[in-house]
Amino acid sequence: MSAVRSLTRGRGRRLTGRTRLLISAATTGLLLVGIILCSLFIGEQGLSVKLELRDLPPSLQHLFGTDWLGRDMFSRTVQGLTLSVAVGLAGAAGSTVIAMMMGLAAAFLGRMVDRVVTWLIDATLSVPHLVMLILIAFVSGGGIQGIMIGIVFTHWPSLARVIRAEALSVVTADYVAVSRGFGRTRWWIMRHHLVPHLLPQLFIGFLLLFPHAVLHEAAITFLGLGFSPHQPAIGIILSESMRYLSSGMWWLAVFPGLALLVTVRAFDMLGHSLQRLIDPKHSRT
Amino acid sequence: MSGLHETVTAQVKGQWRGWIRFAGGRVLRLLLLLAFVCFVTFLLADLSPIDPIQAYIGADMMRVGPEQRAEIGAYWGLDQPFAERLLRWAGNLLQGDMGTSMIYREPVSDVIADRFASSAALMATAWLLSGIIGFALGSIAAIRQGGITDRFIQSVCYTIASTPAFWIALLAMTIFAVWLGWFPVGLGVPAGVLAGDVTLLDRLYHMALPALTLSVAGIAPVALHTRAKLIEVYDSDYVLFARARGERGWKLFLRHGLRNAALPALMLQFASFSELFGGAVLAEQVFSYPGLGQATVEAGLRGDVPLLLGLVICSSLFVFTGNLLADSIHWAIDPKRRLHPEVKS
Repeated sequence: MSAVRSLTRGRGRRLTGRTRLLISAATTGLLLVGIILCSLFIGEQGLSVKLELRDLPPSLQHLFGTDWLGRDMFSRTVQGLTLSVAVGLAGAAGSTVIAMMMGLAAAFLGRMVDRVVTWLIDATLSVPHLVMLILIAFVSGGGIQGIMIGIVFTHWPSLARVIRAEALSVVTADYVAVSRGFGRTRWWIMRHHLVPHLLPQLFIGFLLLFPHAVLHEAAITFLGLGFSPHQPAIGIILSESMRYLSSGMWWLAVFPGLALLVTVRAFDMLGHSLQRLIDPKHSRT
Repeated sequence: MSGLHETVTAQVKGQWRGWIRFAGGRVLRLLLLLAFVCFVTFLLADLSPIDPIQAYIGADMMRVGPEQRAEIGAYWGLDQPFAERLLRWAGNLLQGDMGTSMIYREPVSDVIADRFASSAALMATAWLLSGIIGFALGSIAAIRQGGITDRFIQSVCYTIASTPAFWIALLAMTIFAVWLGWFPVGLGVPAGVLAGDVTLLDRLYHMALPALTLSVAGIAPVALHTRAKLIEVYDSDYVLFARARGERGWKLFLRHGLRNAALPALMLQFASFSELFGGAVLAEQVFSYPGLGQATVEAGLRGDVPLLLGLVICSSLFVFTGNLLADSIHWAIDPKRRLHPEVKS
């Protein structure tokens, strides 16, 4: 009895991991559907210029206020979020694929490949992320392709390390040796022992890479090296707002940033609660 | 007595020798990695579709004929094969010559040296602040594990981690500089004052807000890491034994918690130079603070290849230094690492 109590100490009324995961999954899903529906509903006409409605603070008609051209900030924010989520999903997916290939290559293709992959991971981590993104954006001439290449090729190392370690631990495990002793083929071992271990890690890795990808896209666009100023990205909105902040138009910066924060936080929470539920190393704290 | 003294001296000497071997290996590795980074950077810049001659001449491009173009190209050796240019660039780099910045019209090393001091001051302040605040928050959360304070600190940290760093800077500027007027809106020095008349106090005053916002971004990882480590320490047998002896509260934390949780936190702080530099780029951009980050953005936007290459190398050197310091501190403080160098903890 006392052992049970000490295990659950201090967390009597806390929700279980499963409930929390369901709640955050539902929240994230609702948020995503909301963003997509809103952006479909608003379309192009929400971004039209209405000079008579310039510089309005937030009200019921314009939840996030309007900008110096009379554009509704709520519509612009929603459009920006759609773009951010799309870039984030694609970037995180690309990074996850690279991380998986690198991790598996390091674990299976012998010592030499392992050394090369470890070396590549170290080299990628040795240049500050943002500097690397600036370099890649510059080299590829800016725009969406610069952002995508940059994000895909800078975010894989941390996940690749996890995948490599996980794959190595499975391959050297006793039960795999037993399995081999039973005469199972490599293919069978891969399908029945390796994939069930790696899939959740890959999925969690993908969910946890998403926030980084979104934030880095916003940052690089904010600096002027990402999306072009004609696209309604959150980074563009925020960098434009800088010129108007000193005249007291706070809503131009506060709401778009807050919307981005909520979106990123939702995905981060989903990733962490899934990690806590699945991964024993993270389940305690 | 003297025998003991000799043994201890021999041990200390052995430790020094061990450290030198360890640091030597690290530095060698660093040099190799740095060479690799330099090569890839140069290759990338070479592959870029941006024409260096056009980037240099800029708006006057219409007035330059094809012969003049070829002449400018030949002057810079752009007509030579890739390998030759790479070797010449690397040779110059080894002599400390990183070329001439196109936008500032002075040697890249001078531009970087000029700006390094202000960036270093900014980053050092933010680094110290985020380390101290993060460690304190993480410790409080771990001591109150499971309670409302712990949950509050955790959710604050996770929220900070998902917040765009430049947005924090924008908010800080709106609130503290525009509304309250406590701090200047931007720039590293007061506007309209001669460079010689700028006092240290002025500089500090202008640095305060960028440094504060930059430190906020760095709090979350240290706090969460410290919390996890300290919870591990508090669950250990030696803390259980200490509790059985009657130690508790502040004393227990100072004797067992602080000592064991400080090292991982310190190492994490040193290993986070990469994020620190990235944050500084954004904070400097928002506050128009004249540092390395702003120069990086300028170089990227205006196609200043030599400056961009120099900054990439310089910033990776910065990250390397951080990692080397982290490893050295671990080596120096943690006896397990020193006595069994092959064991990775």
